[in-house]
Amino acid sequence: MTQSQLTDLPENKLPTSNDVPAYEGTTERKDNWWVEPALIAFVFTAFGIYSMFRAFENNLYEVGPYLSPFYSPNLKQYVPWFPLSPAFLILWIPLSFRATCYYYRKAYYRSYFLHPPACTVGMFKGKGYTGEQSFPFVLQNLHRYAFYFAVPVLLILWVDAFNTVYYGGAFHMSVLTVVMFANCILLSGYTFGCHACRHLVGGKEDCFSCPKNEQKLKPAFQAWQLVTKFNERHQQWAWTSLISVALTDLYIRYTCVDPSLAFQIF
Amino acid sequence: MPESSGTGRQATLKVYRGTKDKGEFQSYKVPVEAGMVVLDAIHYIQQNFDPELAVRWNCKAAKCGSCSAEVNGMPSLMCKSRMDQFKDDEDICVQPLKTFPIIKDLVTDVSWNYEVNKKITPFSPAPDADWTIYQEDIERVQEFRKCIECFLCQNVCHVLRDHERKDNFMGPRFMVRVAGLEMHPLDEANRLKYLKDEGHIGYCNITKCCTEVCPEDIHITDNAIIPLKERVVDEFYDPLGKFIRNLLGGGKKTKASVQPVSITPSK
Repeated sequence: MTQSQLTDLPENKLPTSNDVPAYEGTTERKDNWWVEPALIAFVFTAFGIYSMFRAFENNLYEVGPYLSPFYSPNLKQYVPWFPLSPAFLILWIPLSFRATCYYYRKAYYRSYFLHPPACTVGMFKGKGYTGEQSFPFVLQNLHRYAFYFAVPVLLILWVDAFNTVYYGGAFHMSVLTVVMFANCILLSGYTFGCHACRHLVGGKEDCFSCPKNEQKLKPAFQAWQLVTKFNERHQQWAWTSLISVALTDLYIRYTCVDPSLAFQIF
Repeated sequence: MPESSGTGRQATLKVYRGTKDKGEFQSYKVPVEAGMVVLDAIHYIQQNFDPELAVRWNCKAAKCGSCSAEVNGMPSLMCKSRMDQFKDDEDICVQPLKTFPIIKDLVTDVSWNYEVNKKITPFSPAPDADWTIYQEDIERVQEFRKCIECFLCQNVCHVLRDHERKDNFMGPRFMVRVAGLEMHPLDEANRLKYLKDEGHIGYCNITKCCTEVCPEDIHITDNAIIPLKERVVDEFYDPLGKFIRNLLGGGKKTKASVQPVSITPSK
């Protein structure tokens, strides 16, 4: 690592944080600061257990035109030699996209790594901290690559949803179709509100309207503005889409057991 | 205090008195008035109990950034912390900032921040810059100009506060400043290597506490730090993107060694 030249101060002149007697213990906060990280850890863990169960289950994921988002696209026919559930061929993509997502990083750094669990709650101290500057967390910088992989998977989910509307030469509609479309909308709001997307479509530019750029960057400015609108609610999109993808899968699982649960409208 | 504005309530403030190495909390009973803030209570203590209580303040309007402290463990401006948010029987704990050394009582030495600031390449327009600037291009930067340098974000950042990385990490306040410069439509300097190797932007794990405590409601993490992290990725962690940019003849800022020009108007 390059030697820092952050200031001209010699090492022994760097200020240190206050400790005893002004500060003792972990925090002076009196509110229930632990509720949010505990709740997030609970939901993440529950989702992780459920998704692993479904991936290993390797069953009850496709009925008629309905295909679970955990198994879409269904690659089993292309790689029949693959010994595990075909879900594992796909799940690494949304998993890496969410794991490197800027919102989820905040959530799990707080809830699982306790770095910090909440603001001004200092559970870990010490000078060796390098955050995302060194391995393995430096890999978070590959978020945009995870985004590149996530977009085609999302488009395939849209195709899956449309496939439940038109099949067998006729149009159909069911409650499950509506649920699948809602899931796609929430996943799109999450994916296209991503910080990497915001940067790539226009955030990287300094000047949208400079005379030399005007023609080239007008669409970039509009795209950046649009993505920013989604990005402002990135946390909400992240949670609703996480829950919706699990519920959609659960619904399809039970529809595999009893197809009447799709509640066909026409 | 005018009697007409009294609420009949009394608050108990536990205020830190002392220096970095020696001190203790002292309790004071203060009558609560309508619209009162913690800074008013501190002034009441100065006027009625102990004129030697040290506190830094100026505008009492959340614009000077002087009265930063920690109230019940949360970094805040004392002039923005209303007394009516506390319960009647609640002890209100007022401490100096944790991250910077106490000089006396509630006053801390934040001069390290000015040392960091000196190392940032200032605004560097091209000598022949066209100074016509459109609102849509300057809007992003204007958000960062709201900063009042209260250093609450520096104080709450766990990298500085708990991990003591004042040797290597610039902190959120200066990422906001660099964002304001890097995104300025007329700025020509390139601070990305500085951000990565000297400011160590990678130490930030975006837990958003800086955004939570900012009294100016600057979206520090989403609008300054993350866009800067993405620019650092462009430059250092995205070989494919860099290859394509080079292929297309792109590369936004190439004048890394540009010398800043004076922007003082000539008389």
